[in-house]
Amino acid sequence: MPVSTANSRLIYDALKACGVRLVSALPETWLVHLMRMAEDDPEMILVRLAKEEEGVGISAGAHLAGVQSAMLMQNHGFLASINGIVSCAQLYRIPLLMLISYRGEFGERDPWQTEGGGVTEDLLRALRIPFSYLDHSDHVARRIAKGQTLAASSNKPVALLLCRDLMWEEAS
Amino acid sequence: MSAAATFRRLDALQAVYSRLENRIVVTIMGAVAAELQSIGHRPNFFYLQHAMGLASSMGLGIALSRPERQVVVFDGDGSILMNLGGLTTLARYRPRNLVHVVFDNESLLSVGGFPTATATGSDIAGIAAAAGVPRTATARTLDEFTRAFDEALAAGQLTTIVAKVEAVGPSAYVTGLSLLENRFEFQKYLKSTRAPRAAES
Repeated sequence: MPVSTANSRLIYDALKACGVRLVSALPETWLVHLMRMAEDDPEMILVRLAKEEEGVGISAGAHLAGVQSAMLMQNHGFLASINGIVSCAQLYRIPLLMLISYRGEFGERDPWQTEGGGVTEDLLRALRIPFSYLDHSDHVARRIAKGQTLAASSNKPVALLLCRDLMWEEAS
Repeated sequence: MSAAATFRRLDALQAVYSRLENRIVVTIMGAVAAELQSIGHRPNFFYLQHAMGLASSMGLGIALSRPERQVVVFDGDGSILMNLGGLTTLARYRPRNLVHVVFDNESLLSVGGFPTATATGSDIAGIAAAAGVPRTATARTLDEFTRAFDEALAAGQLTTIVAKVEAVGPSAYVTGLSLLENRFEFQKYLKSTRAPRAAES
């Protein structure tokens, strides 16, 4: 599988370094290594979801209970979570660190991913969710740390878009 | 169709209120939140006043983060029907410290009383059991509910209790407690009661 193990490790280590101890996730191709890393880590609570919106509630509960969390999802999972993001996380000022695999951008080969890719950034802007891109190994740790810092200081959702250039190793 | 309910949600909340003093409580929006507050708000009570379906997920997040504390979620039929997949997630992790109560009045009471699918036979306790929740019960009287609740607290196993209650609620849903005041007070309460290193041990 050409999903980058090395860059997945960078992302995972950055999450650990900024204090994340609970990860909710729904499997998607680009997230498989991250999920296995969470599963193999005795210091991490991994919650596998049936649908991504549950992760908003789980992160809200974890936050109020004093545990830092992150959500791993595809951009279609973000689309499926929007009511929870608005009516739980934003309404109640809950910091959410959302790592969203950015399917459907330049280089996407799967036709079924292309609509979601086209609306992801516009929706983040419409929801006034600050976001940044993880598209090169050089800035993974720094951007994740800064995203976590902003989520915590603002008590609001923050998104990091996991880009093809970082996650996929084959030239496409 | 089920037999007519014989007790009110308010009666059920009053019957178990004393058990909630030292437990973490999460409720759904609307009638449940207003009725629990009418009996008496406490800093260990959080009312999720929107995000229908996510109260059970919040309860799971708290239960996993604070395994040393018992968590009670007061859910409703309309809410859990919006997050049936969440029952499979609850069952998957089956936290021993979570009691999940579903007040089933077979309607969306706060928006005009339109019947939910439980009015035509969908069985939430059955769905929970089939999802893998290890203990489930359906209570049709106040005594059955109180007994099921106490047994669930003592069991130390994830339990979903469906309480078949009358479709009656309070006259108003907005209370004097602001959403954010509740949220920050609840977080402060959880922090103040945190055992050393509990979340990471």
